[in-house]
Amino acid sequence: MTPNLLLAGADGVDFMIHGVFKYNFLGHEVWITTSHVCLLIVVVCLLIFFFIGGQVFKHAKAIPGTFQCILEFVVEFLDGITEGAMGKKGRGFRNYIGTLFLFILFSNISGLLGLRPPTADYGVTLPLGLITFTLVRINEVRFNSLWAIWKDKCSPLPWWFPLWLPINVIGDVAVPISLSLRLFANILSGTVMMALVYGLLSKFAYGWPAALHVYFDLFSGAIQTYVFCMLTVTYIGSAIGDAEEPLLKKAFKKVFTKQETTTQTN
Amino acid sequence: MEFNENFILGCSAIGAGLAVIAGIGPGVGQGIAAGYGASAVGRNPGAQGKIMSTMLLGQAVAETTGLYGLLIAMLLLFVKPFTH
Repeated sequence: MTPNLLLAGADGVDFMIHGVFKYNFLGHEVWITTSHVCLLIVVVCLLIFFFIGGQVFKHAKAIPGTFQCILEFVVEFLDGITEGAMGKKGRGFRNYIGTLFLFILFSNISGLLGLRPPTADYGVTLPLGLITFTLVRINEVRFNSLWAIWKDKCSPLPWWFPLWLPINVIGDVAVPISLSLRLFANILSGTVMMALVYGLLSKFAYGWPAALHVYFDLFSGAIQTYVFCMLTVTYIGSAIGDAEEPLLKKAFKKVFTKQETTTQTN
Repeated sequence: MEFNENFILGCSAIGAGLAVIAGIGPGVGQGIAAGYGASAVGRNPGAQGKIMSTMLLGQAVAETTGLYGLLIAMLLLFVKPFTH
């Protein structure tokens, strides 16, 4: 009996990541896998998209063509996401959210082209979650004083009784894990489903699996992309809190306005 | 105690089946969210876009627990952590 007992009679089912090319890196065996190849294809497609988009916007017309319309819709949509959650402060995050959105969307949709979606690899989604986590923590320190952060971390109880602190910290650390696992598991489940349909029904799977692709790749992928970006923006917004502008900027402004008032009195 | 590998694989399959029972909870929760979303749209059709996005966000977050169950099942079936 082989370990493949559980998939006996299902030799066609294949949704695993395969190694393509093996090399030695500092004495370790490292593989270039299908994920890397799909990632490369997705990134090249994105680069072409961005290049054409840049050319179109350089020669933008008052009456937009189809492609310009699509681009303007995308930009307005991303603006809506960031400014809806953070107001005017959100403008600085448009670039990151835009990149994230298009990258995850293209990755999820790449299942339509017969690629294995790169986001169905935990090695791709965990870094995305970690980037979000870093952004959240950096912006928390940028916009709030350490004293305010400490009070927030002990929040349901008063600041001199930090019983709730570990639970709040665990909640913060769980953010990137749950974000990345959500995206990973959703896309992986779609990939597994499609692999099962194609693998087990090899003779009968003609044409009609397109309907399943619409759900598992397009709908699920788009929803998960939206959710990832929305949650990123929400976490950053809640970490910033009510602060209007970064602390350093505020301090600079204070100093300069004082100098101006002193010069005026002189 | 030493177990037969087939026994371990069979128990893993049973465990995977039990793990995806976790899908019940998110199903109920998403249904409730969708129902309240529908009633909210009925009460205030003008706010359909906002209700829709809030509902989808909440549903996606609620889905996470079910997906954890799915992941456990996948690990048991395909990574086979208990065999050697």
